[in-house]
Order: sequence, then structure tokens, then C-alpha cells
Amino acid sequence: MALLNLYNCLNTYLVIGAMLFGFGVYGLVSRRTLIGMLIASELLLSGASMNFMAFNRFLAPDPAIGQIFTLFIMAIAAAEAAIAVSIVMAVYRNFKSIDTEDIVDMHG
Amino acid sequence: MQATICQTVANPSLFSAESFVGIIFLITVGLIITGAGIAVVSRRLVRCISGLAVCFTGVAGAYYFLLSPFLAMMQMLIYVGAVSILIAFAIMMATPEGEDTAGNKGSAKGPAIAGPLGIAVGALMFAALSVLGVKTDWQVFPRTGTGDMESMGKILLTSHSMVFELISIVLLIAIIGALVLARRGRN
Repeated sequence: MALLNLYNCLNTYLVIGAMLFGFGVYGLVSRRTLIGMLIASELLLSGASMNFMAFNRFLAPDPAIGQIFTLFIMAIAAAEAAIAVSIVMAVYRNFKSIDTEDIVDMHG
Repeated sequence: MQATICQTVANPSLFSAESFVGIIFLITVGLIITGAGIAVVSRRLVRCISGLAVCFTGVAGAYYFLLSPFLAMMQMLIYVGAVSILIAFAIMMATPEGEDTAGNKGSAKGPAIAGPLGIAVGALMFAALSVLGVKTDWQVFPRTGTGDMESMGKILLTSHSMVFELISIVLLIAIIGALVLARRGRN
């Protein structure tokens, strides 16, 4: 029954965080729309937060510091999402597209 | 409570409370994996954002298992309640009519190597970070705090107050910048 005891192990959470980061990198490379890339970047930030929370629970002397850092990551992610969405809106108004291949002006 | 890297309960029976908690944790991990997979693989952007919301719900459950119910609540409020809805609004407003695909439709334009390259880079990052996390001999330090909300509030307003103020300035600038960017070009 080692499978039912996974929630008390540090390695489980580290692997989950690495998995979220890997999904985010894959989405960031393979997506071709701006909103798809924004979704992938949210996954990246989630993986980083998961690592902070895992170390905070199992290793840190004061378990409040990691939670505060994760709160800061959440605030930065919210600000980033708001800015990115408004940039997507401005791009869509000018180019009528959010595909990254369509929004180039200079063909080099 | 003394923190150790891997606490094991000595052979719990399948119908005990510990194994019930373990089953709930496995469901949480399943939510995270399924949601993240849908969010990066699905072709339609609406399904992507639904998968992202499912994944964030699973992450909130994992935060609860990491002894931080406050962060789990914040995750539900900020990510599931605000960021997902914001991106859903962006999808509804900025996706051209009849073209709801997330890419790879017109395969003539755009490099075809992006998909395999993305899988390779993502799998490499996952493998490298997992091996690094599992193989490292982590040092456990003795606990000096409890990590409840009262100590978090005290730290936030004493030793980390500078960062707290900086975050508020960043949020203010983000709000103003978003307003200016969304307002420009509209007569």
C-alpha cells in the first residue's frame, strides 16, 4: 500500500511540480496562438509554486515563508495575466488575429 | 510535529482513514495530470481553459495536502475564480468567428517541428527536474515556526513588508497598464 502513502512524501510533490513545468514548456513551444501560450505560462508558474510549497512543508525551518512566497507568485501571475490579456486585445484589434504567424509586419 | 521527508504509516488496511486520504490524494493527482494534459493538447481554446481550471482545482487540493488550507483557498479564488475567467473572456472576445482552433490548423505556415520539439523539450525538463528532486539528499532543518495564518500575517507586515509594498505597486502599475493598452485605438 505504498501508493496510498504518497501524500506524505516530498518526492511526490517534486515530481508533480516537474510535470506541471514540463507540460508548460511543451505548451509554450508548440502553441501558436497568444492565448494558448498564456495558458501554458500559467502552468509553468503553477509548477514553480508547487515546488515552493513542497519544500515549505517538508524542509523549511519556518513554514510561513514558503506560503508567503507562493502568495507573491499568485499576485505576479494575476498581474501578468491581466497585462497579457490586454496585449492580446490590442493585437487582435490591429491584426484581427491572435496567431503568432499572422502578427508579423517585417518579413525578414 | 517533526518534519521528515517521507513519513510512512506502517501498512494501513485498505478501509482505514489513512488509505481513504491516500485515495483522495490520488484523485487530486489525477485531476492535475488530466487538466494539464487537456490544457496543452486540446485543439479548441475553450477546452484548454476548462482543462486549466480543472488542473488549478487539483493544485488547490495538493496545497491542502501540504498543510496549507489558506493557500488552497487563495488558489481557488485567484486562479480558478479570476485568472481562468479572465482568459475565458479573452477567448470569447479575441477569437475570430469560426476559427476556434488553438493552432496547427494551417499547417502550411509555421514550422512543423514545433510539436516534436516541444514534446522533446518538455519531457527533458520533466525528467531532469524529477531526477534532480528525487536524487538529491535534502537536509531537514528543525522547525522554528508553525506556519499558520497568524504567523504569516505577522511576517508579511514585519520582515517582508517591503516586498508586500512592492507587490501592491506592481499590481497598481499592472492595472493602469492594462487600462491604457485596452483603451488605445478605441475612439
